[in-house]
Amino acid sequence: MTLAKSRTKEKKLVIVQLSGGNDYLNTVVPYNNDLYYDFRPSVSIKPEDVIPIDSNIGFRTHMEPIKRLWDQGKVAIIHGIGYPNPNRSHFRSMDIWHTALPEDIGTEGWLGRTVRDLDPTSENPAKAVNFGRGLPRALQCRGIPIASVGDLSTYGIMTDIEDLKMREYALDSFSKMYGGIQGKDAVMDFLGQTGLDALKGADILRKAPELYSSTVEYAENPIANALKSAAQVMFADLGTQIYFTQHGSFDTHSGEIFKHDLLWSEVGGAVGDFYDDLVEHNRQSETTIFIYSEFGRRIKDNGSGTDHGSGGVAFLIGDSVNGGHYGEFPSLEEDQQLEGDLHFNNDFRMTYTSILEQWFDLDAAEIVNGRFEKFDLFK
Amino acid sequence: MSKPEIELMAHLIRNAGFGETEPELLARCKNSYTDNLEFLLNPGDPEVMPQDIILRMNGSLDEGPGTGASDWMYRMVTTKNPLEEKLTLFFHGLFAVAYSKGNQARSQLNQIDTFRRFAFGSFKDLLLELSKDPAMIFWLDNNENVSGNVNENYGRELLELFAMGVGNYNEEDVKECSRAFTGWTIYNMEYMRVKAIKDSFSPFGRIAWHFEYRDHEHDHGEKTFLGEKGKFNGEDIIDIIVRQPATARFICQRLFQFFACDKVDLKGADVISEMVRNYYESGYQIRSVMRALFSSDYFKSLATENCRVRNPVELVVGALRISESISTPSPAITSKLDTTNFMGQGLLRPPSVEGWHEAEEWIDSGSLVERVNFVAKEFRDSSQPGIKKLLDSFIGHNQNISSQDLIDRCTSLIGYVNLESKTKESLLKHIERKCIDLDLNSKQIDISQLPQEFIAELFSLISITPEYQMA
Repeated sequence: MTLAKSRTKEKKLVIVQLSGGNDYLNTVVPYNNDLYYDFRPSVSIKPEDVIPIDSNIGFRTHMEPIKRLWDQGKVAIIHGIGYPNPNRSHFRSMDIWHTALPEDIGTEGWLGRTVRDLDPTSENPAKAVNFGRGLPRALQCRGIPIASVGDLSTYGIMTDIEDLKMREYALDSFSKMYGGIQGKDAVMDFLGQTGLDALKGADILRKAPELYSSTVEYAENPIANALKSAAQVMFADLGTQIYFTQHGSFDTHSGEIFKHDLLWSEVGGAVGDFYDDLVEHNRQSETTIFIYSEFGRRIKDNGSGTDHGSGGVAFLIGDSVNGGHYGEFPSLEEDQQLEGDLHFNNDFRMTYTSILEQWFDLDAAEIVNGRFEKFDLFK
Repeated sequence: MSKPEIELMAHLIRNAGFGETEPELLARCKNSYTDNLEFLLNPGDPEVMPQDIILRMNGSLDEGPGTGASDWMYRMVTTKNPLEEKLTLFFHGLFAVAYSKGNQARSQLNQIDTFRRFAFGSFKDLLLELSKDPAMIFWLDNNENVSGNVNENYGRELLELFAMGVGNYNEEDVKECSRAFTGWTIYNMEYMRVKAIKDSFSPFGRIAWHFEYRDHEHDHGEKTFLGEKGKFNGEDIIDIIVRQPATARFICQRLFQFFACDKVDLKGADVISEMVRNYYESGYQIRSVMRALFSSDYFKSLATENCRVRNPVELVVGALRISESISTPSPAITSKLDTTNFMGQGLLRPPSVEGWHEAEEWIDSGSLVERVNFVAKEFRDSSQPGIKKLLDSFIGHNQNISSQDLIDRCTSLIGYVNLESKTKESLLKHIERKCIDLDLNSKQIDISQLPQEFIAELFSLISITPEYQMA
């Protein structure tokens, strides 16, 4: 294929989904705005705890690693990201972000479609890897094999069989049975192919941890483990371009001060360590990290937490990212709110479109179900 | 007992229930197919542990703040009335309500109870109960549906997703239907909502939500719905809906696909017509519709076929009923429940009001790995009481059998799995190789010489076949 194509193959997108609805106002804090403290008598970040970005806004505690990258111009903050007629149900809103279809119920995920366009012949079952169990809708696309890895060290089919010979026999039988079933009818063809894809994906991925060495010491928590696994897969050069993981729950209806603080200490630390690992292995310019959540939270707190809202914040991080502010920080004025929420001012599909077209050189319209304006998110 | 007789019974229980082992099937075969079907259709005591006893022993079976789904799954694993639970699961998927919005396990489990109580009865009664169900009312915003300020969410989904299907009504019908359900709301809504938000823990500790009809919020004006005119209230609308041929076809086809075959061919269409006839003749009784399905020649002719992909809950519950690894109520069931979620079917957590995408869409490389790993482990564990029972059935048989017979014995024992000949060949090769390692003659295997793990491993391999993913 062309040179452009082979260059594209090297580019990687690492998606970190903050599941449950990350509180935008307590992530990028308008610490110089009295309205923020008026609306948040109980659940706010004190001015002295904020890591200032400028005289108006700043990162919350524990985002030092991201601030460090911000100072180097490697972080894009997308303010007020959302979509029209916001839905405040987790599942529905998550679905909307995953399928890029706010009005209808979709079954294909935007990342699944991206994989289809990156690897039209489905040659590599490890083109996209989900670090977590089950397959998020974002990665679903008919006929596109995606590996879902709960724990890389025990990943695969029947890895709990301790007797190696027994396992070898079992896997061999599995392979024969799923290979042999094909040709009977369309359903069995599909089942058989899916089985073989799963096996092939597992074989490829299992090698990754053995090949990995790094001086970076990740913390012991789920998001740190997931990003470490992502690093292992990436550095094993398996051709993986999409890395998906999620952390949570950010659904902080109660006890937000404590919970949100803990969550960001985990996410901030893991992202910082992961970036350092990228640098150590010289992948920082071919890798972009995308952090988002299905919605932001209510402007007013409820006494100990915040309820589901709409307008949120997303981050794009990496050496190829054109650091800076995108979108506008939504106004807190009562008449500018949307039913008590921050008003979104840019459609998340603009960001998707920018990533797809500027990063992966793909035509975004079919993937995100329409043509959207772009941000200039990459250098 | 002839082999086709047992195979037919296995087919019935696999589809009307969660599957059973050969000894269980043989016990059933002492009675006729029809008698067994009637027993399934007219369930007696489920012999499950009452919820209040479980709560006294354990609290909810869910670990941490839960949806109550573990408790329901425990019931599925232990019930003597598998069809009753399977139908309840069907209605949960059809009238899909997810925990995420209401955050109230009590009202959601009450809804499941309602589905169970009305599962075999009249579809009209069921739709009426559904329209009065607090979890549904809150899920589809009918508590905001008041005269002069109509919220169409429930009215629309009742027609589109729950009873008729797109194309059988128009937008005007949606509006009029929604008007008829104005004032159908939840008692003390604001208080209940605050309770739900503040208190996500102890799902059973809270008072349940209750239905309330508020006459003063109801739109008493005349409505035109599906060509009929009157000052309709919700009951009248349901009366009209259940009479529609589209409704009869809709519910019968959904039941056919859930219980018999993912695809509807010409013969299948004939069965659905027969189900529709029974729907009307019986006054919309689901029991009659199901009887028509399971006693049809076509259904019986599928006994040795694999026609539909098993949904994750039936796969997991089926394996647990055989392995008996969950015999007493304990939070250990939560980890089993989690696997159904990883396989794409979070019980009480459907992805949207549309329910789950079924049939082949249950399968992707991630969900298949979860399915295979789960069943393989359940069937391989010879320490589990259910597996041990099956293994013990080999003891005392001092006979030599061929590898082929051994496969057939194992396949029969775990429920007469319909294996393709090529799959059997792969299993044969496996046995031959193992026999060489163990220095046994694979043409004439002395069963008494076989290690139990060898046989458990065969169960396990049968459970990971593509065929076992189907029914």
